[in-house]
Amino acid sequence: MTGTVAARISAHPFFAALTDEQRAALAGDAAAVMFTAGERLFDEGGSADRFWLIEDGRVALDMRVPGRGDQIVETLASGAVLGWSWLHPPYRWHFGAVARLVTAAIEFDARSVRRRCDADPAFGYAALRLFTPVITERLQATRLRLLDLYASPAELRQRETQQADT
Amino acid sequence: MAALADPAPAVPCFYRVASRREDTGDTVTVELTEPDGPVPAFTPGQFAMLTALGVGEVPISVSGLGDSGGGRARRLEHTLRAVGAVTRALCAVRPGGLIGVRGPFGTGWDVASAAGRDIVIVAGGIGLAPLRPVVLTALADRSRFGRIVLLAGTRTPADLLYSGELEQWRRDGVEVAVTVDHADSGWGGEVGLVTALIKPAGLAPGNSVAFVCGPDIMMRVTADALAALGIPAGRIRVSLERNMRCGAAWCGHCQLGPLLVCRDGPVVSYDQAAALMRVREL
Repeated sequence: MTGTVAARISAHPFFAALTDEQRAALAGDAAAVMFTAGERLFDEGGSADRFWLIEDGRVALDMRVPGRGDQIVETLASGAVLGWSWLHPPYRWHFGAVARLVTAAIEFDARSVRRRCDADPAFGYAALRLFTPVITERLQATRLRLLDLYASPAELRQRETQQADT
Repeated sequence: MAALADPAPAVPCFYRVASRREDTGDTVTVELTEPDGPVPAFTPGQFAMLTALGVGEVPISVSGLGDSGGGRARRLEHTLRAVGAVTRALCAVRPGGLIGVRGPFGTGWDVASAAGRDIVIVAGGIGLAPLRPVVLTALADRSRFGRIVLLAGTRTPADLLYSGELEQWRRDGVEVAVTVDHADSGWGGEVGLVTALIKPAGLAPGNSVAFVCGPDIMMRVTADALAALGIPAGRIRVSLERNMRCGAAWCGHCQLGPLLVCRDGPVVSYDQAAALMRVREL
């Protein structure tokens, strides 16, 4: 990644809706970070004190399931935002996260961003509007996965018949 | 009753299974040959009505044209998932056995019309099978096209079709990304919805033609995501699956609004299909 963190934030489409001042304020809470493949970013239940914009690489969200190990629920690739549990109490991670490839990201100090949101409602509203589409997009994707997106009509009919027979 | 203008499409020809490959636990690819001459020329995206003797007939898109050249007979490949009585019977036919074939029917992907542009292929589950000829056609004439991007989604790694070929396509320059709904411990790729692969692919919407195949709901959300990115709906093609019976637009079983899918489809552009795919009773 090239350029200062502030320049990278300014150039990234995720932050396009913010004013220059708001982007500059966010940059004050940001730092460039790298994770090695296999490095854990956070554990389920830990304090949600950071969030990341993934610039390059891949991160898996996982959950430890007794008897089944760490189950990956979703992977996030370049351009994705990682972490929104910092937005709402109790500010704890609902899942864990681990880098699956060498990953470059911009890391934000969520506590500081939260303080800015509380102190400046316009900034807080703008920040919330950045994250709402990410949250809704992932909710919709999860709902579609619940539908068993790749089942053909014939498979669904067969399943319904089997359920009716039992 | 009016006489059939051309009865030939109603009569199956019986082809021999030259080879049979188990792609996944419930999916098989069969290669068919006609002992007495070349099989009819299919184009990518077209379908055949395949008959399992004594069981029934189903529409299956062609998954390989198998034109081996060199004077050898043309071969036809179909990839079948065993989900009903007929497909189970077809999957069970061993090399040397016979399968009835009527066709080719319907419209094709029209790969040639993407010349000079990037090709974006998005497949869901068994939907990769009808798209395989798109990849093979584009690779056979590589210089005519820009990027070839293949995004595939499936339930689990074990459900992924053509895993060996995907590696070969990667080596041949196809940008392949695969995501699964449920990963096992050995899976190193993406986990999530197939649409999540679109943004990271860095597509050039103004210069792309998209080919999308999978169950209806998958095609709808994918085509919407591609359109939202800026690919015009007229340059997004989907392959519709309806209750095809006669294959020649006689019986009306596959009617979808103004379309008879066996004749006017299965491949249609999304500007035609989008509204029809949202009508409850169609």
